Amino acid sequence: MPQDSIITPEMRSRIGVESAPTVYEIEKEPIRRWADAIGDPNPLYHDEAYAKQQGFTSLVAPPGFIAQYAFPVKVGGPPPRIASPLARNLNGGNEYEFFSPVQAGDVLSVTGKLVDLQERSGRMGTMLIQVVEMTYKNQRGEIVAKARFTGISY
Amino acid sequence: MSGQVFWEDVKVGMEIPALVKKPTTQQLVRWAGASGDFYQIHYDKDFALGNNLPGVIVHGALKSAWLGQLLGDWVGLKGFVKKFSCSYRGMDVPGDTLTLKGTVTGKRVEGGERLVELDIWMENGKGEKTTPGQAMVALPSRG
Repeated sequence: MPQDSIITPEMRSRIGVESAPTVYEIEKEPIRRWADAIGDPNPLYHDEAYAKQQGFTSLVAPPGFIAQYAFPVKVGGPPPRIASPLARNLNGGNEYEFFSPVQAGDVLSVTGKLVDLQERSGRMGTMLIQVVEMTYKNQRGEIVAKARFTGISY
Repeated sequence: MSGQVFWEDVKVGMEIPALVKKPTTQQLVRWAGASGDFYQIHYDKDFALGNNLPGVIVHGALKSAWLGQLLGDWVGLKGFVKKFSCSYRGMDVPGDTLTLKGTVTGKRVEGGERLVELDIWMENGKGEKTTPGQAMVALPSRG
């Protein structure tokens, strides 16, 4: 590790620490707006009568919706991501795992933790790479999904 | 939308139907509103240039949402998208023609589920793979 590493012991101590849960309701209109924004006309995401005909209780959340959704203004606590000393940010990658369908009417409780922290040198100079893992549980306490976010700051 | 795909019909090496996107800056604003990602590199050109970017760029998460749509369309009502991931290796810009694609790399039965593994990716207008990824889905059986 170079002598002037930007990763401090305090940052390292955050690895594995789970954030306080944020609870949010999965609602129909945000699902419709999200599907509209990506250009997906699938009626499962727009037409509740259709979704019910297919055996669901309401509109289905599209893959990735629960991880990329307009979070409520009030969150449970500080996010698991650490504040980087490098000012510019880029999304390095996303990973999602789904265990069961999420539908409008579900209430999710989400926790997250920092799972990896790396410093690298690249084209853009020194980069800090962090990976945050989120766990999504529904109102029955079942884990419905997990997601990993890789953030690059430079 | 085409008819339901069944596990028995899937062959390793086959390509799944591609999805084409031609994002505008307005679509990026719409995505920002729908996702809550208001980072200025996606709609404020001066800010993007100040961050050493070529201009306003497409949100990484929007690309992952499109890959989700690619998979969701393919598995149909009776299939289930179990897992997918992608890395953002290249910048993509509004005004370009972006194509989401996938090929089957494996299939197996595990834990009573009929699974299919795929390589998925997004190409820009020059055919460069900016967003490589992988996926695993469960498909219904013909019985």
